[in-house]
Amino acid sequence: MEQNFDFKAVDSILEFYGNEQKNLITILQCVQADHRYLPREILEYIAEKMGISLAKIYSVATFYENFSLDPKGKYVIKICDGTACHVRKSIPILEKVRETLGVTAEKPTTSDMMFTVETVSCLGACGLAPVMTINDKVYPAMTPEKAVELLNAVREEDNE
Amino acid sequence: MMLKSREELAAYRQSCEAALSNQSIRVLVCAGTGCVAGGSLEIYKRLIELCEEMKLDVQVTLEKEVSHEGIGIKKSGCHGFCELGPLVKIEPMGWLYLQVKLEDCEEIAEKTLKNRQKVERLFYHDETGMYEKQFDIPFYKNQTRIVLDECGQIDADSIDEYIAFGGYKALERALFEMDSEQICTEIEESGLRGRGGGGYPAGRKWVQVLNQKETERYVVCNGDEGDPGAFMDRSIMEGNPHRMLEGMLIAGIATKAREGYIYVRAEYPLAVDRLKRSIDAAQRAGLLGDNILGTDFSFNIHINQGAGAFVCGEGSALTASIEGERGMPRVKPPRTVEAGLFSKPTVLNNVETYANVPLIITNGVDWYRSIGTETSPGTKAFAITGNVKNTGLIEVPMGTTLREVVFDIGGGIKNDQEFKAVQIGGPSGGCLTLGAGQLDLPLDFDSLKKVGAMIGSGGLVVMDEHTCMVEVARFFMNFTQNESCGKCVPCREGTRRMLEILERIVGGTGKLEDIDLLEELANTVSKTALCGLGKTAANPVLSTLKYFREEYIAHVVDKKCPAGACQALKVYKINPDKCKGCSKCARQCPVGAISGEIKSPFTIDTDKCIKCGACKSACAFSAVEEV
Repeated sequence: MEQNFDFKAVDSILEFYGNEQKNLITILQCVQADHRYLPREILEYIAEKMGISLAKIYSVATFYENFSLDPKGKYVIKICDGTACHVRKSIPILEKVRETLGVTAEKPTTSDMMFTVETVSCLGACGLAPVMTINDKVYPAMTPEKAVELLNAVREEDNE
Repeated sequence: MMLKSREELAAYRQSCEAALSNQSIRVLVCAGTGCVAGGSLEIYKRLIELCEEMKLDVQVTLEKEVSHEGIGIKKSGCHGFCELGPLVKIEPMGWLYLQVKLEDCEEIAEKTLKNRQKVERLFYHDETGMYEKQFDIPFYKNQTRIVLDECGQIDADSIDEYIAFGGYKALERALFEMDSEQICTEIEESGLRGRGGGGYPAGRKWVQVLNQKETERYVVCNGDEGDPGAFMDRSIMEGNPHRMLEGMLIAGIATKAREGYIYVRAEYPLAVDRLKRSIDAAQRAGLLGDNILGTDFSFNIHINQGAGAFVCGEGSALTASIEGERGMPRVKPPRTVEAGLFSKPTVLNNVETYANVPLIITNGVDWYRSIGTETSPGTKAFAITGNVKNTGLIEVPMGTTLREVVFDIGGGIKNDQEFKAVQIGGPSGGCLTLGAGQLDLPLDFDSLKKVGAMIGSGGLVVMDEHTCMVEVARFFMNFTQNESCGKCVPCREGTRRMLEILERIVGGTGKLEDIDLLEELANTVSKTALCGLGKTAANPVLSTLKYFREEYIAHVVDKKCPAGACQALKVYKINPDKCKGCSKCARQCPVGAISGEIKSPFTIDTDKCIKCGACKSACAFSAVEEV
């Protein structure tokens, strides 16, 4: 799929943070915030502008869990499987959500690019376990049933 | 408002105190991550609206230069009692309203804010009665909150309130009354030990940095609180960010550094946001930046957001990540104090450690040492979660027993089940159990180390009799294996092999030899891994093997999970006394394992059964049982 990327926006990110290696992670975070993933074209562009090899940028981008080289859905669902959520039964929620959306651990994004389902180690909201987030909004004390209701509500809202 | 001298700060503090005392009622709506998820921000907005409708004088910030009384409504940090959020606290009465809903706002505004009356139904109730004041509730009464005291008592976003409550007094003292050596000595004498897990004396670290030849030094704060089940540091960063900044500033004076870095987990967006605003506010007030309060001390603080790598909690991996590299640990020595960030001498402490520093400088060594134990002075914040009645954030003196924490503060086990164990210190820690008589073990650095556990960053996950300890070990191994950076062989390969064995055991295909192999691997990885992550990765395995070996044996020999938790070891049976022979289960079974004649009891062919549980959810008569 050929896509046109807004390299001007990348330029302004680079200008704001500067071309030193120490700012690489922050720069990648900004790019990902704009695109919901790290497109190869932009990484190549950054490599050239920053004078860092593409291999080096890939080494950093692939090391950290939060960076994604694949496009993500419009709504990123994270199901917390930290200790507290795990002992309060987070896995049945994950299974139900995956089943409902027809996604798996290997293929976490729906074909219509609406939803991506991920697990996260701990959101630090353990008092409300089990929790899930949709685009960073935290939903407390989930059950498989509540999760499905929530998905339906998100779909409906999106249709409007 | 740029404060240029000690006198100007003192005068400014007076004006803040005066403004605070003008607020005859202060409403503190908890805006920690937990309560925000419960809708506390809507409650905050609604209360302001209602007050405005009623023509009450509302102040959302400290309004100086007004002499009339008003109602202060503010967003505070985490009050700690996350289980019963959203929480709204009313000062100066000390009332705490729990599980407040949007619909309750009108009653609160009308009764409490207008007429100073209680809304009794929102107070804490349990079998021992009703508690109107926050610090009478058993959950709070048994705590000693010195580090978290202002989390929930002040507006987390307001430097003015922090100053009014005595904030930056420690900075004043450090800047004008002490030199670097004196500060280091005082922190060393206080016995403050690193709250991030290791328990290394903070003062000793500072002296080592101070004594380096290299003059470019850094102060780094580890806010990469990655242990699943821990959120103490998050609550401090969200609830009282200035306390931590003040601690870092004092570390800067003590080690003659000019630059500070805070490394925060990416999963904590609210903490990042509040820290950014606090740094801005401190800069505007002249408490950060060049020539602080007119002295020749200059200090800046930067924020780096992590990108999701647990190993970055390890010192050398954290500094590599701030430098923009892969967050992989390196071989030591040289140590972080000699060659840390950008290969310069670096003080690296965690959030809670820095938050302790202003207390020590303000109140003195003797006061600090009067709390806690001889070798572990002060308090420790714990995140108490899992199968316990009152989950939340607590703070107790070091040396408090597990019993006090779980039963007096935590209220005992949820749904009145039996206490089985707690897991302490996250994936690097171990478990403390009822069977080993560890309920009366004092929680401090040294006692825990003796029994093979550690305080870690302070996550306490309580488990009841239905928790399978082998599954717990598998869960943590899965986590560590995922987070292993892959640099050293023992951790990269060892954690994977241990995980495979654990998966076999919980999956019902484990053999007796597997347990010995697991133990051998665990000991080898502990001895040979490069960094703290690998060295401690096997702790949950070793600790569960030590205390719950019989559970492992039951899994491999009897093919049974004593806790009844492991799905693969469950056997589904139909109770013939309850079965009405409706055939609903047989129609639901995806593999055709259920057969029988209508109106007489059905049976499950256990060889065909895949243990999916579909029959159990389908049965209207609870006739399908797990054994």
